[in-house]
Amino acid sequence: MLKFLAKRILLLVPVLLLVSIISFSLFYLSPGDPAEILLTGPQGPPDPAAVEEFRQRAGFNDPAPAMYLRWLSKVIEGDLGYSYVSGGKVSNAVLDSFRPTMRLALISLVISLLISFPLGILSAVRQGSFVDGLGMAVSLLGVSIPNFWLAYLLIILFSLRLDILPVAGYGMGGDIEHLILPAVTLGISAAAVTSRMIRTSMLESLEQDYIVAARARGLSERSVVLRHALRNALLPVITVVSLNFTYLLNGSAVVETVFAWPGIGNLMTRSIYSRDYPVILGCMLFLASIILVMNLLTDICYHYLNPRMAHEVQD
Amino acid sequence: MKYKTDPGLKIALLTLTALVLLAIGAGWIAPHNPEKAEPQLRLMDPGGEYPFGTDHLGRCIFSRVLFGIRISFFIGLATVFFSALIGMILGGAAGYYGGLLDEVVMRVVDAFLAFPSIFLALAVIGFLGSGLVNLMLSLILVEWTGYARLVRSEVLALSGKEFLESAKSLGGSDIYIMSRHILPNILPSLLVMATLSVGYAILGAASLSFLGLGIQPPTPEWGSMMNDARPFLRSHPLMMIFPGIAITVTVLAFHLLGDEIRMRLDSRSGAVKEL
Repeated sequence: MLKFLAKRILLLVPVLLLVSIISFSLFYLSPGDPAEILLTGPQGPPDPAAVEEFRQRAGFNDPAPAMYLRWLSKVIEGDLGYSYVSGGKVSNAVLDSFRPTMRLALISLVISLLISFPLGILSAVRQGSFVDGLGMAVSLLGVSIPNFWLAYLLIILFSLRLDILPVAGYGMGGDIEHLILPAVTLGISAAAVTSRMIRTSMLESLEQDYIVAARARGLSERSVVLRHALRNALLPVITVVSLNFTYLLNGSAVVETVFAWPGIGNLMTRSIYSRDYPVILGCMLFLASIILVMNLLTDICYHYLNPRMAHEVQD
Repeated sequence: MKYKTDPGLKIALLTLTALVLLAIGAGWIAPHNPEKAEPQLRLMDPGGEYPFGTDHLGRCIFSRVLFGIRISFFIGLATVFFSALIGMILGGAAGYYGGLLDEVVMRVVDAFLAFPSIFLALAVIGFLGSGLVNLMLSLILVEWTGYARLVRSEVLALSGKEFLESAKSLGGSDIYIMSRHILPNILPSLLVMATLSVGYAILGAASLSFLGLGIQPPTPEWGSMMNDARPFLRSHPLMMIFPGIAITVTVLAFHLLGDEIRMRLDSRSGAVKEL
């Protein structure tokens, strides 16, 4: 177990380095001069001599690898630089925005699992039935609907027509009323993907010999499905939950913008509109690290719960 | 193993054919120029000459939705073509030659996969700017990894098979073996992935355009039309509804087609698996 852990963590190092190289390359390739953006104040475009002086002082004239290494050494110390717009620390902006995103993601995850588990299990148990067909058709529709459109459909219905929920916003620290619509939007989208995975996983589990054996022993169908099949189908579900989480983070970019939810997706789009490059870089690095850690935890769970997988996990 | 003949494939193919015909014939079918603004006719309700009404600049929404098929199909198909090409070359080389090359390519894939896909696309556009080319580039950078992984694992599964060994011992070059022996074997799974990812590319392009970071007005594009509709949600919700239906129908058709192809391949060989 320890050896496995050490190996997995060591494998993360080159990937993290590549993540930082990809991010920095995009920043480096961007048109426009960061020095000019930084020095442009309310008084208009800056003096070219001042820009040149600043470039010299800040090291913007150094070759790219030198700039990268200097930037990387700061990032490793946890210093993501300062926002062009607010002047505040990027690390603070990113962390502050991640809390609302996590709130939203966790509630959406619960909604997604509450929909997808019953749907996936029922579809698998009654494979080929009307329920199965309907469930799979709905989930197909769910993965095809743009989540921002779904968001507006819900807003039109619940906020504008029925007038029972707020259109957008965070309310007093993200109260439940403001949370419902974005969470339901993300939850439904994620459930569409998840229910298919659960169905597939249950179908495979239901075909195993021990299910036949359990039936042969005369156990009730309920017990066969819930105690035997589901339990073994749960292993892939760990992957599903972690994929779901990635999916929810993904959806947050658009959905948070629609609902003016002050999360990391919203921060990202706002920073792009205002060309706040350090914040864009910060969001990228932070999210990539979060996903890599999530994947690591998933692998560890897998390894812990199913030693059979020990040799296959590495791939 | 038998499979039921279900109408899914027919529905998908009929819908896609209809969309392609509508896209080709958009010039004749559309009652108005999709980019021509008629300020005195702004925000009209559907009816008469304007089946879907007009938008905030007095442009015909029906004509815009119709012309929107062209750009969505173009982005979807072109993105998938290039991501499949890049993924095939890198993934194929990684699987075939193995060793250090494999290690490097797969770590790069891992790094790209570490970014939530839409954030990666957003960052590409955020740094390089919006517009059609950067939009497609951002989607290609997101999608090529899937193909690279798929092709690599399929090539690994084939390696050591007798027909490859015999081709090698007969002196076949690497390029010959890859294109004549390996490619035909992985084509079915590539086809499934490509069909499904056309849908995802169209969704991604619409999302970015909706955020104002993809296709720019006045070009008729569904996502950017929905962005235009945001301020008028309360008074003119239909402006938001029509482009959304167009996206959903198109993406649904591609997903349905991909699913149906997969099911048919599954029941034949069991080679292509879900999840």
